[in-house]
Amino acid sequence: METNLFDMKDTDIAWCPGCGNFAILAALKGALTELGIQPEKLVVVSGIGQAAKAPHYYQCNLFNGLHGRSLPAATAIKAANLELTVIDESGDGCMYGEGGNHFVHAIRRNPDITNLVHNNMVYALTKGQASPTSQRGFKTPVQTDGVFLESFNPLALAISLGASFVARAFAGDIEETKGIIKRAILHKGYSLVDILQPCVTYNKMNTYKWFKENVFYLEESYNPFDRMEAFRKAVGEAKLPLGIFYINPKPTFDESLNVYRENKDPLHRRTPDIEKLSQLIDSKRGIYRK
Amino acid sequence: MRGRPMNGRSLVNLREDVAIVLCGAAGQGVQTVEHILTQTLKLSGYNVFSTEEYMSRIRGGSNSTLIRVSSKRVSAYVDRIDLLIPFSPGAVTHVRKRISPQTVLLGEKKVFGSEYHSDKAIDVPLSEIASQVGGPIYSNTVAVGLITGLFRVEGDILKDYLRHHFSGKDDPTIRKNIDAAQRGYAVGRNLLDTGKLQIEVQKNARLKDEIIIDGVEALAMGAIAGGCNFVPFYPMSPSTGVATFLAQHSKEFGIVVEQAEDEISAMNMVIGAWYAGARAMASTSGGGFALMVEGLSLAGMLESPAVIHIGQRPGPATGLPTRTEQGDLLFALYAGHGEFPRAIFAPGTIEDTFYLTQKAFNLADKYQIPVFILTDQYLLESHYNIPSLDPSQVKLEKHIIETEEGYKRYQLTEDGISLRGIPGFGKGRVVLDSDEHDEEGHITENLELRTQMVQKRLRKLEQVKGEILPPELIGSPNYKTLIIGWGSNYHVIKEVIERLGRKDVAFLYFKQVYPLHPESAVYLQKAKRRVIVENNATSQLGALIRLETGYEMDHKILKYNGSPFSIEELEENLKWVLR
Repeated sequence: METNLFDMKDTDIAWCPGCGNFAILAALKGALTELGIQPEKLVVVSGIGQAAKAPHYYQCNLFNGLHGRSLPAATAIKAANLELTVIDESGDGCMYGEGGNHFVHAIRRNPDITNLVHNNMVYALTKGQASPTSQRGFKTPVQTDGVFLESFNPLALAISLGASFVARAFAGDIEETKGIIKRAILHKGYSLVDILQPCVTYNKMNTYKWFKENVFYLEESYNPFDRMEAFRKAVGEAKLPLGIFYINPKPTFDESLNVYRENKDPLHRRTPDIEKLSQLIDSKRGIYRK
Repeated sequence: MRGRPMNGRSLVNLREDVAIVLCGAAGQGVQTVEHILTQTLKLSGYNVFSTEEYMSRIRGGSNSTLIRVSSKRVSAYVDRIDLLIPFSPGAVTHVRKRISPQTVLLGEKKVFGSEYHSDKAIDVPLSEIASQVGGPIYSNTVAVGLITGLFRVEGDILKDYLRHHFSGKDDPTIRKNIDAAQRGYAVGRNLLDTGKLQIEVQKNARLKDEIIIDGVEALAMGAIAGGCNFVPFYPMSPSTGVATFLAQHSKEFGIVVEQAEDEISAMNMVIGAWYAGARAMASTSGGGFALMVEGLSLAGMLESPAVIHIGQRPGPATGLPTRTEQGDLLFALYAGHGEFPRAIFAPGTIEDTFYLTQKAFNLADKYQIPVFILTDQYLLESHYNIPSLDPSQVKLEKHIIETEEGYKRYQLTEDGISLRGIPGFGKGRVVLDSDEHDEEGHITENLELRTQMVQKRLRKLEQVKGEILPPELIGSPNYKTLIIGWGSNYHVIKEVIERLGRKDVAFLYFKQVYPLHPESAVYLQKAKRRVIVENNATSQLGALIRLETGYEMDHKILKYNGSPFSIEELEENLKWVLR
């Protein structure tokens, strides 16, 4: 097996044999290597779940925070230091369920981060309950009559909010997934990559076989700058399209912050201007000065 | 409240300490009157203190502002009203419990209310005078002039300050405001000259150079001094002013101020920002902090520094959004699942608010713990003059290291403190996990290591204990009765103690309520009688003191109706206790 900078020694990987997470891990490590990113300049933020454990298995700075709360932390990390490459990697339950409100507002805020969502349409770590993306009729020990809630469509939501970059990949195709992740990391602004992934233990409905029969790549001629077309692709297809749905170049959150207008230094290199603060305090004397 | 009809000749002599109350509907501009008055009175050499009580609405209702003008420094709320300036018909009714036969009403007769009669009501046709200048919109400026006239504020100070205050307006507007103020001023002087009113408060020229700020500004400027450069927040009274102030100065001082989608997000941004090397602060009230509790526990596990300001207001739930209480001390202390160290400051003065906020950033950074600043609506929205603030008094301490290859974020150490690296600074990788983790920061279920990590985190509290601020004793060291208070009750207790003037009574002021300084027990032990004063219903500091020191309170003076203690009611309560 090929080795790279991001390999870790002696990891005790907590995933089931055959899990789609292994393929996503391989695709991501390949993408990072090909982009020449240095592990010490990379920060990966994750939440809780089987997918959220992924960054423990490759070399990076890691902020493995709370379930559903990774996006606010990732947003702040990037905003505090523009020199870092920030990836937010977690599962469908973390990002679309517990973190749903943060997902909506991260898209609006548009920080320059890459959001990789391992989407296996099931809660695996808690042993098989429905997730927001579970499909209708999916039976679980809790949803005993099958899921009857509308399935959450992250791509349609992101496009409707004017997200900066929206894509879908399939873990069964490591090469294409790697390519999409590379494009997402290179994109300036918030980029969403929803990665379809079978759960071999808890999702007997959306299996490798099912995915292979139900996904297809957007054609070469597809124009990702057309928002209405992107929305149609996200909601209107019988099968699930893969590829880059939508690109909407716009100013990022970080570059809009006035702290970086004249000075790109990370915040940790700065100290308060005590002279200026003394003047501000002085101004509270009113108009008369000594 | 019926009195003799106005005879126009009654002489009222107000000396040393005059309590002015401005009362009107929301949206009438009473705050602007307060602002100009406190500034010009201070510039003229008076000590001033002002505080507001208001309803949770944007227009209408009745709000009141107290301004104390005095020869000595006074910074506490009084019920007494010496001069009442009503701006709306409901005003007199709103404050009628505070009106005494000695209260002088100044203003338009039509807003006094038909049932109100007093020989101390002086009709000043504010809107008629304003109309002569250019319209009823200038009534508030006439009132400003009237009061500055009564206090013999130098005409130039008034004129210059108005010019400064209205500097964004066009020339005719500025001229009309000055004209309106001067006409009001003449009426005020005339009331003195004709002997209807006599006011004797000493001026002190040295006060002219003092600053006037409120708790909001002290806290926000303390944060800047502490190197704060990241403030994610969600609006909530009474804390919003802090983020607003910092947003307005964000360009000058390089501060990221971001309105988050909720307090959950804000708190996780705080932790993310510290991780990447920023100095972040959460500023909220009890209800918002409730949403931050999950994140607080994360800070505990990650050993992340965090500075958290809670501007308390009455709860539970939405409670009284614009009023004051000290009801969240034990909430701040026990918030968060799991066991981890923290420190809690509770400043009671403008100076302490500034310096303790500044210190909070150093403390959080050094021990990698959450540090709280507990304030309340009353402290945040009270203004008074102080000599100045010196931001260089507390040195900025940064505790970040450049990492080496093989860096371990949670290296086990004797004092529990591991050197804190940040991503992108050095060769190492900085790994944090909300799961229990090993020294590198990776998830572990090694139960032996779990025990070591718990002990490591808690050992830091022992280190923090080396830096606890001792409580301050005010009054006679030979006390028999010890009054105990914290936070915003500082000034009211101090002033009442001074008024009582007893050699056997002293006041112990806690500005750090957790951990408690070991000296606390020594002070408590010496007292024959312990009396605690708190703005809550269950005596939360009293409970904490009993838990930590074993000492019980003999008396509890508690107030929880949403208002601060007044001098009068605390004095009455203490006299009863001391009878």
